[in-house]
Amino acid sequence: MLNIYCPYCAEKRDEQEFRYAGEAYIARPERPDEVSDEEWGDYVFMRSNHKGLIWEQWEHVAGCRKVVVVNRHNVSNVIQATYTLIGGKEAFLAREQTTQGVV
Amino acid sequence: MSSEYFDKKNRYSWKSLLKNSFSGHQNWPQARRMATLQSQYDVIIIGGGGHGLATAYYLAKEHNVGKIAVLEKGYLGGGNTARNTTLVRSNYLWEDAANLFEHSLKLWEGLSADLNFNTFFSQRGVFNLGHNLQDMRDIERRVNANTLLGIDAYVLNAQEVQDKIPILDCSKRSRYPILGASWQPRGGIAHHDAVARGFARAASHLGVDLIENCEVIGMDIAEGRIQGLETTHGYVKANQVGVVAAGHTSVLANMAGLRFPIESHPLQAFVSESMQKVLDTVVMSNAVHGYLSQSDKGELVIGAGIDSHLGYGQRGSPHLIEHTAAAIKELFPQFSRVRMNRQWGGIVDTTPDASPIISKTPIKGLYFNCGWGTGGFKATPGSGHVFAHTIAHDEPHPLNRAFTLERFSTGRLIDEHGAAGVAH
Ligand SMILES: Cc1cc2nc3c(=O)[nH]c(=O)nc-3n(C[C@H](O)[C@H](O)[C@H](O)COP(=O)(O)OP(=O)(O)OC[C@H]3O[C@@H](n4cnc5c(N)ncnc54)[C@H](O)[C@@H]3O)c2cc1C
Ligand SMILES: [Zn+2]
Repeated sequence: MLNIYCPYCAEKRDEQEFRYAGEAYIARPERPDEVSDEEWGDYVFMRSNHKGLIWEQWEHVAGCRKVVVVNRHNVSNVIQATYTLIGGKEAFLAREQTTQGVV
Repeated sequence: MSSEYFDKKNRYSWKSLLKNSFSGHQNWPQARRMATLQSQYDVIIIGGGGHGLATAYYLAKEHNVGKIAVLEKGYLGGGNTARNTTLVRSNYLWEDAANLFEHSLKLWEGLSADLNFNTFFSQRGVFNLGHNLQDMRDIERRVNANTLLGIDAYVLNAQEVQDKIPILDCSKRSRYPILGASWQPRGGIAHHDAVARGFARAASHLGVDLIENCEVIGMDIAEGRIQGLETTHGYVKANQVGVVAAGHTSVLANMAGLRFPIESHPLQAFVSESMQKVLDTVVMSNAVHGYLSQSDKGELVIGAGIDSHLGYGQRGSPHLIEHTAAAIKELFPQFSRVRMNRQWGGIVDTTPDASPIISKTPIKGLYFNCGWGTGGFKATPGSGHVFAHTIAHDEPHPLNRAFTLERFSTGRLIDEHGAAGVAH
């Protein structure tokens, strides 16, 4: 069972208060009507799903109902940090650059 | 069916049982050959679970592809094969899926004889309960679809369910009232370890090298074609590679630079202490999310749900066990004091449409068989059979033609969430 810190509520809360909302920071194609079926399929369905530190979204449904970004190791379940959607983006991009997305 | 590839010494029969009893069962021959990794193979299968072993077996038995190896990072059959709740059924909704699972069920029916190994396949029937009108409509629709495809399926009302399963609480006062069920009499359970061992033994006798403790850590790809694999036992050349790594599919896809629509989640199960036989069939309920059967040893074997989040740690969250235990207790009030003995988790590879991917890839000579998620044990023989065909012919078998990777860009999904997304 995870304990997730919600940056909006400023409290660590039980995982059951949250709903999982998948991989974070998947970029939606800027012009959906111009991309190929493969590019659109990639956006909708393909996932990194790598083993290690991942960036994921959780919605605090039984609390403030906002979406938070969690940086968690998916083998040990240790949570490195939690961010707001905007707050996490910079850290995410910085990490992506140094590791090319593979952690 | 005869198994002519076992020499006299290795074939199991009442004669060999009698003969070995004279020497106190001390001289049984090794069930399979020990092998070491060679420098080169025609076909390498990555993953020594049930599906990987079945693939190697059917490749060796039905196709002339040369030298075959199975590389397993742990021990054979120690992944989801060892961890699942062993339900076998074929009552899926869509034609593509139902035909594939029915093909598998037919293979199960002759498997022990074919492998010369008892897989303890027991066709004790599978009930899928309906708790509200919508459940019953879905059940009728699925039963009709199954019947049209020649798959055994029946709609039962609450009284008929009660007559068949006396200990199930079908009364109107129960918390999750039961309105009826679908029933597939040919469904049932098999023994997970026996299936892996049976396929391993038979494949080994046909010359397949089974290499344990050998993890694939890299893929050598050049000119758009697979050339070989980096493993913890060194480099090995290969003409063709089939990946059957269940929860670790994405890890291997990353090695090939491919992206897959797969998410890996922990899925749990638990068993009770052994007790007298009280349940002679399999009961599943999608709506309250619990399913159970009673093993030959007398344990209740209970399956829980997947953790919502991604995970590669083979354990799940306690609240999911609690949820399932509560549901089972409502369905079977008399189990409220049964003590649970063990609990464990496996990592399942789920897809957006809850159907598997058995497919060629953009890389020549590289094939993937994955995405079986929470329900692939029942498909073990069928999956291996069609995947062997796909590798040997570099072309899908008619039964897995629809299960491509491309369907996630063409949109031709096989949506089995109703039949497979929750229960197994
Ligand atoms: C708790 C639970 C209950 C389930 N209940 C049911 C059920 O009732 N009915 C049903 O039909 N299905 C069920 N399933 C699903 C079923 O177990 C799986 O779909 C099926 O077993 C997967 O195929 P497999 O047997 O080949 O996988 P596995 O047995 O997991 O085999 C994959 C193998 O690949 C190996 N591997 C991974 N990476 C590498 C690498 N890099 N190099 C070498 N080897 C590697 C792994 O070690 C593993 O042994 C359940 C699963 C779980 C976890
Ligand atoms: Zn909050």
